[in-house]
Amino acid sequence: MHSRASLGLRIAAVGGLLFLHLPILLIFVYAFTTEDKSYQWPPPGYTLDWFSVAWNRPDVWQALSLSLKVAAISTAIAMILGTLCAAAVARSKFFGREVISLLVILPIALPGIITGISLRSAFNIADIPFSFWTIVLGHATFCIVVVYNNAVARFRRTSGSLVEASMDLGATYFQTLRHVILPNIATALLAGGMLAFALSFDEVIVTTFTAGQQQTLPIWMLEELVRPRQRPVTNVVAMVVVIVTFLPILGAYYLTRGTETVAGQGK
Amino acid sequence: MAEALAARVSDGLWRRPGLLLLLLVVPPLLWLGIVYLGSLFALLAQSFFSIDEFSGLVKHEFTLKTYGELFRASNFDILVRTILMASAVTIGAAIVAFPIAYYAARYARGRWKAVFYLGIMLPLWSSYLVKVYSWKLILAKEGILNWLFETLHLSWVLNAYLAIPGIGGNSLSVSWTGTFLVFLYVWLPFMILPVQAALERVPPSMLEASGDLGAKPGQTLRYVVLPLALPGIIAGSIFTFSLTMGDYIIPQIVGTSARMIGQAVYQFQGTAGNIPLAAAFAVVPIAVMGVYLTVAKRMGAFDAL
Repeated sequence: MHSRASLGLRIAAVGGLLFLHLPILLIFVYAFTTEDKSYQWPPPGYTLDWFSVAWNRPDVWQALSLSLKVAAISTAIAMILGTLCAAAVARSKFFGREVISLLVILPIALPGIITGISLRSAFNIADIPFSFWTIVLGHATFCIVVVYNNAVARFRRTSGSLVEASMDLGATYFQTLRHVILPNIATALLAGGMLAFALSFDEVIVTTFTAGQQQTLPIWMLEELVRPRQRPVTNVVAMVVVIVTFLPILGAYYLTRGTETVAGQGK
Repeated sequence: MAEALAARVSDGLWRRPGLLLLLLVVPPLLWLGIVYLGSLFALLAQSFFSIDEFSGLVKHEFTLKTYGELFRASNFDILVRTILMASAVTIGAAIVAFPIAYYAARYARGRWKAVFYLGIMLPLWSSYLVKVYSWKLILAKEGILNWLFETLHLSWVLNAYLAIPGIGGNSLSVSWTGTFLVFLYVWLPFMILPVQAALERVPPSMLEASGDLGAKPGQTLRYVVLPLALPGIIAGSIFTFSLTMGDYIIPQIVGTSARMIGQAVYQFQGTAGNIPLAAAFAVVPIAVMGVYLTVAKRMGAFDAL
């Protein structure tokens, strides 16, 4: 057996990684270009002006704040529901267990447009007007799976005898939950929560169906993509979004590092 | 007092584990059952209605007419085009993903393992729209790709390629090749991860045995590694296929004016106001994925997830 990879394999692997990363890096360059009418390459000059222009745009701030609010609340709901589900599925075998894990995965396994149009037609039928909560409803639904995946992996690794020992020593369920179970699953939950937040913050397909006239940051970007009006501002926003979403992912990585199941594998 | 109550509740739950299980399961089940499945059924129900051609209103009577409309030439083209694109993206992703996954699983150690892991994870999780946007920059006429071809004096290659009917076009950003590239880029990590997971489970001794028995590296790859990686490739293809089939943003931003299923659904439910037809279109990906998942399960793809 060769202990080193062949040259061809190394080139293909590193080339593949570059293919994944160069386009994102390109955005960082474009954020500084002086050109504002086209996507000209190489940039004719470099400037920092667009950062202050973007900073003073109320529509960007409004979209950002709506996105953050939606992501925060959807993540909170998903964390509660996902953890409950994971606890049930991991701790016991019961009738319909497979159905539950399928049900949790379905919103992300089916194309987003199906979730979107389903919710929209349900809102229509039930006469629910579009609001902040209709967006949250959609986001929480597909965020559950991320929390669930992380939590269920941790529950499986946490030995059930810990819980039994705690209760044998006289702790109630609530004390066991507080002092034994939660500390054990905390980092997995945090990682799941961060990924759910990143997923919600970035979601656009379902959101276009459930937002009505409201603009989350991805919807703002989508409009710029379809009809480019302020290219420089879009470049800056795109760069900031890349940086902002990298942070929770790096965080989730460090929290689950060394555990056998990899966070986010089931996105 | 509160403590005594907590103790009593706790005792009660201990004696009846079924009750505890019920308490755990009911909230998520209610949410997913009502919000998600309820909406999904509402959608399915709509696909059995039809639209009145004169008034443009939805007729709430059971009919299969709307499904029949899917087979009209213009609509059927959309289905065929989408499924072809999804297949092409899946095959392309498998080819590009395999070396990355193979290297990451077999050779990357220590620091490089982390580099590969994050190198796949960061693009997977970074913003979908930003990724699409970056390709709008790359494929633009004045963008970096055309500049690269010009600088290398290879513009004629690009022009010859763009002249090929079907996959070419006026420029890369309005051709099917452009759409394909963006799809490939955006969904590639979804293919790498399961393939890598499958390859990590292949014991190195098996490859040594193959070599000891006289197989050349190519033969080992063909007869030992690939069959063992296949469940991973199929698991990845579930994502690449499903995601491509349902996407309506990428073909809208990069590509020709011919529509894919996602765009048709979006237009029929929006501007055209034909919700039954939109619903019938939406059922196609569900049905295709249903068949796909059944086959994948038979081939053991779920173990590689």
